[in-house]
Amino acid sequence: MANVGIVIVSHSEKVAEGAADMVRQMVGDAVPLAFTGGNSDGGLGTDVGQIMEAIDRAWSEAGVAVLVDLGGAETNTEMAIEMIDEARQNRIAICNAPIVEGAVIAATEASGGSPLDIVKQTAEELSPQ
Amino acid sequence: MNAPQMSSQAAVTGSALLTNAVGLHARPSVKLTQLAKSFSSTISVSTDAAGPWIDAKSPVKIMRVKAPQGTTLYFEALGDDAQEAITALVDLVERRFDEVEGDDHG
Repeated sequence: MANVGIVIVSHSEKVAEGAADMVRQMVGDAVPLAFTGGNSDGGLGTDVGQIMEAIDRAWSEAGVAVLVDLGGAETNTEMAIEMIDEARQNRIAICNAPIVEGAVIAATEASGGSPLDIVKQTAEELSPQ
Repeated sequence: MNAPQMSSQAAVTGSALLTNAVGLHARPSVKLTQLAKSFSSTISVSTDAAGPWIDAKSPVKIMRVKAPQGTTLYFEALGDDAQEAITALVDLVERRFDEVEGDDHG
């Protein structure tokens, strides 16, 4: 079974790219990874289409865990998931965790071969209960 | 550092001194967790031979240990590959987590 993929969705492309850099440097190449950030004008924002593409790039048969930052990143990610074919929808999970730390921790968990629900659960251990 | 003790059913233990400058910070924590996850045994870590013991496969819990340089890490493993796990984990710490010399930013 392939490892769970990680998707990073930030309002800022720089934040998304930086978080992805941290995952690659700290965790390595064992997990599929994609990031997206910013709107089509190069400003801050998130884009449903781009989020769908990022999910495709990081796609794994084991599913993908998505890390988001503020408000619209989460609602647009939810919208992107709704627009993806139903067969894959239940293998996409948004993690309620800080985006940078959550991405590193989720990727660490995923790199050990853990299933999606455990990857999500581990990332969410970071957030106050 | 200490030779792990061999036993089929009992827990295998080992320990190693953290000598890398940053101690058990972010990157070493990730490496330790990843290595622990590569074994099927149950593996615990502590900064004291008496515990409390922490799940070595939990990246969040390991990162919270924040053990500084000079701390002795104690390992305990239970399972079919416990011996291999302890040997590998002690070796990782003694190799200073393969951190590049002079790289002390955790």
